[in-house]
Amino acid sequence: MSFLTNAQLLSMLEGMLTTVQLFAICWVMAFMLAVVLVVIRTIDFAPCRWFVDAYVEFHRNVPLLVLVLFWYFGMPELLPESFRTWLYAHNAEMSLAAIALSLGSAAYISEDIRSGLRAIPATQFEASRALGSSFLQTMRFVIVPQAIRTSIPPLVSRALLLFKNTSVAMAIGVVELTYRAREIESETYRTYATFGAATIMYLLGSFLIMFVGSRLYKRYRINTGAGHA
Amino acid sequence: MLEILQDFWLQLLIGQYPKGPLGGVVMTLILAVCGMLASLPLAVLLAIARVSPYRWVARSAAVFVNCVRGMPLLMLIFWSYFVLPKLTGFSLSGFWTLLIALVVYESAYMSEVVRSGIEALPRGQIEASRSLGVGYWTTMRKVVLPQALFNVLPSMTSQFVSTIKETSLGYVISVNELTFAANQVNNMLLTKPLEVFGLLALIYFIVCFSMSRALRSLEWRVRRARAMV
Repeated sequence: MSFLTNAQLLSMLEGMLTTVQLFAICWVMAFMLAVVLVVIRTIDFAPCRWFVDAYVEFHRNVPLLVLVLFWYFGMPELLPESFRTWLYAHNAEMSLAAIALSLGSAAYISEDIRSGLRAIPATQFEASRALGSSFLQTMRFVIVPQAIRTSIPPLVSRALLLFKNTSVAMAIGVVELTYRAREIESETYRTYATFGAATIMYLLGSFLIMFVGSRLYKRYRINTGAGHA
Repeated sequence: MLEILQDFWLQLLIGQYPKGPLGGVVMTLILAVCGMLASLPLAVLLAIARVSPYRWVARSAAVFVNCVRGMPLLMLIFWSYFVLPKLTGFSLSGFWTLLIALVVYESAYMSEVVRSGIEALPRGQIEASRSLGVGYWTTMRKVVLPQALFNVLPSMTSQFVSTIKETSLGYVISVNELTFAANQVNNMLLTKPLEVFGLLALIYFIVCFSMSRALRSLEWRVRRARAMV
């Protein structure tokens, strides 16, 4: 991309860094929240199930952009005055975007994990227990390894989606890759160069995630059918 | 929230329609339906290209699909927003810009759905048809596609629901759709962002949830028909 000056390219790389940070934070938070949701879902008490189901359905049927706008414009209203001022002084866009994206992704990830767990026949659990293994041993050596294997492919494609979806955060002014590209375009009118560079950066990120995924498939000997992510 | 709904329900439903441009829920649905209908033939062509016996055809289709799947929809929207006017020489309205981006994006995703439908058919179907002396295209048109498309109807319907959600990104380039209408309402009220964006999330939820529930009966029919074959 020789059409861009070094400073512009550097500024876009900074944007890429923010994108990657946002992605990493959201992925970790979403995964942890998803595990909590799955655990709550297993509790044998109907309101727990209803809560998780409602949570998942809500987040699956509302666009990510709307979640981000809701958290950015709406939620701070509920916060106490002092905390709100503190938040606005400390990169509120980034943290609120991260919260919205994590909450949204957690719904999908929890479903992926749950279907991974459900794919294991209950008899496996019973057999392991009947052989004298404890609950934790059964979980550790029988159930969880298999569940992880079955949920890796959906988790990889979920990571890919999350990486791309971080671009939505530009709508509330998070200075990430899309925001930077948009900014440089409007300053220089070098449309092809700026969007070309940004697209290549996104593609590289996506292909990296796909590559990591394919390594995981190999490592855990997962059959993905035609051999592509 | 109820007061906002009472005052602005018409604007959220159809935008400023008789006096201004059509918008709101209706525009969101129009965009989603048009995007879906226009991307279907493209997706079928791409899927046929990907299973083509000619390697270079299959390769180039794969490159296209993977590139589109590797970049955020927002990036694609910016491409069509900034680049298309430069290329064609005349400016496109927001509606067409968003529609073009949606069609390109959806056709890549849908082609994967269609391809999985084609690949799931027993090889014998194609071989039998071909050995009866039927040409390649006739085999595709009369033997493969009718079965494959029917079998993937459920996946296509869930793709439709996600298209509805994706139209919300039109907000970023000021397309008159539901999110844009809600933002206008928010700008008029100024002091009630929590209620307005909460209401917006709720409207999307109702539209998408009822849509996916309605389409579930279709899925059931497909499943029953397949089981009877």
